[in-house]
Amino acid sequence: MEHSLLRVDSLNVEYRTRKGSIHAVEDVSFSIEKAETLGIVGESGSGKSTLGLSLIGLVPYPGKITKGNVLLNGKELLKLKKEELRNIRGTKICYIFQDPMTSLNPVKKIGAHFVEVIRTHEPQVSKNDALESAKKLLHDVGIRSERMNDYPHQLSGGMRQRVMIALAIALNPSVVVADEPTTALDVIVQQKILDLLNKLRDAYGMALILITHDLSIVLQRSDHIMVMYAGQLLEYAASEDIYLNPKHPYTKGLLKSIPNIELVDQKLEAIGGSPPDLLNKPTGCRFWPRCQFAFDRCREEAVSLCNTGKGHFVRCHLFKECTKE
Amino acid sequence: MSQVEILRVEHLKKYFPVEKSFLEKALTRARHFVNAVDDVSFSVTRGEIFTLAGESGCGKTTTGKLVVRLISPTSGRIFFDGTDTTMVNSETLRILRRKMQIIFQDPYASLNPRMKIGDAVGHPLEIHGIAYHDEKRKKVLEILNRVGLSPSDKFVDLYPHQISGGQRQRVAMARALILQPEFVVADEPVSMIDVSLRTAIIDLMLGLRKDFGLTYLFVTHDLAVAKYISDRIAIMYLGKIVELGDKKTMFSNPLHPYTKALLSAIPVPIPERQRKKTELRGDVPSAIDVPSGCRFRTRCNCVNKFCEETEPELLPVSPSHYVACNQCS
Repeated sequence: MEHSLLRVDSLNVEYRTRKGSIHAVEDVSFSIEKAETLGIVGESGSGKSTLGLSLIGLVPYPGKITKGNVLLNGKELLKLKKEELRNIRGTKICYIFQDPMTSLNPVKKIGAHFVEVIRTHEPQVSKNDALESAKKLLHDVGIRSERMNDYPHQLSGGMRQRVMIALAIALNPSVVVADEPTTALDVIVQQKILDLLNKLRDAYGMALILITHDLSIVLQRSDHIMVMYAGQLLEYAASEDIYLNPKHPYTKGLLKSIPNIELVDQKLEAIGGSPPDLLNKPTGCRFWPRCQFAFDRCREEAVSLCNTGKGHFVRCHLFKECTKE
Repeated sequence: MSQVEILRVEHLKKYFPVEKSFLEKALTRARHFVNAVDDVSFSVTRGEIFTLAGESGCGKTTTGKLVVRLISPTSGRIFFDGTDTTMVNSETLRILRRKMQIIFQDPYASLNPRMKIGDAVGHPLEIHGIAYHDEKRKKVLEILNRVGLSPSDKFVDLYPHQISGGQRQRVAMARALILQPEFVVADEPVSMIDVSLRTAIIDLMLGLRKDFGLTYLFVTHDLAVAKYISDRIAIMYLGKIVELGDKKTMFSNPLHPYTKALLSAIPVPIPERQRKKTELRGDVPSAIDVPSGCRFRTRCNCVNKFCEETEPELLPVSPSHYVACNQCS
């Protein structure tokens, strides 16, 4: 059987704190292919960033991956030694962080960042060659090569995020994880950065995992969407299916609560309540306290993810007649 | 709706001086200023929601702060309910402030972590000598209930760290509304709140407007939210209003190239939707070194020779639609 480019199987991540264990990612599975975009949406605390970080083994202390597999081209990543994992990061899987203001080294010139990244993984490359490829990469993301001699504070927020993207693709990775890449940026810059990521994805055939809280962005930009809530995957489907035929009450609620500038006299509907505290999670379904369709079973029995056909997965008791995965 | 003006701003300017290093002070005389707000005029009618929108650094928050006189303008006048607030003494201003309040963006920073919710919300009553002790408590409970923090006797004794971000923003609204103001500046009230809670906060704001007869000056970068709640919208760029009009006109018939670009950049929650794009070149120029003539010309797609020399004025194209562009007017 052909391997998926990246496959995650029932991944569990826990933060063990003094107050108790927080199950930040609970039994999440998905796979992604070449040149595909997967959008992961969720509110703060839904576990989307922890999920992203666990793919490259960077879950911060006291977090721990307690169960599950991450397979890159069929190769298990979670069993790798530190050095081996380090070689994977950057060359195979790359991470773009949310805040471009703090992810560059303020005392290093832009060019030096590239030299460091390239020469760490490919020590045989000379400094000048590394700078040469930096020029090309900066050109790809739309920054003039003179800017290589600037320090990060001399660049605007959008340009810094472009530099981060250029650094991420420097070693031609097959998977790029972009964690809220545009949250700190203005709309016009956001549009340019997202266009750039799309263009690079097509040009280099990378798989792109786009993590964001903004459902509009993932609907517009991704092939598949994964909706996360309180550490669980609630719904997974192609973006058109999520838009035209959302199944989970949470997804439906989200779609009704985001303003759309193309609609006239839109009526927004709020989802009542607020996300649960992960230390005292509700029993049964995580969403029932906010769900208008909740019935007895939702309060008592945990829900498993069901395949409702055509690759549309949903975690909800309302869908009984689905086949278990 | 009666067309009574509650706020009028005329030629408002705010320049912030740029700090110089020791060496620069010794060597040069030149002083530099950030032109945060540069000649802004508009008026707000009683009962409406007027939105100032634009990218970060365009001066929208500074304008909001100037309007409630948290900072003093460099020049220009602000008439609130007929009184020029730039000319009055601090005692008159204190009394005027009962009628105008502000809600800040970050509910994590705007509440004192050592003050219980009840004390924070009731504090304005004491400052203005309106109610103390039992009467204060009664009013606090009432307003907390109104903003959806019930049972309110439970929330009164909590500290800010014990409640969520959405609840904090409700507390900030309760604190602003306890004096029964007529005018509220809401500075990005939902931008730091989780998506699933945003709509509830927006609906609360709209409900409160009805109940208290409020007028809002809404400051935001999110035009999709602005479209949902406002009556009129002003788009700002580098300290100036470039286009102003009622919501319908602004979204159906935007005239300024900057407004067009902003609108086309907003993500629409529809898959595979190819929208007509108006792309802009480059970045926003520095507010210290503003381009001559039209300040948008360095990024505009349709500049002509006038743009470099003449600074366009905000002129009406229809009774309710104003544009500052050499090409459009």
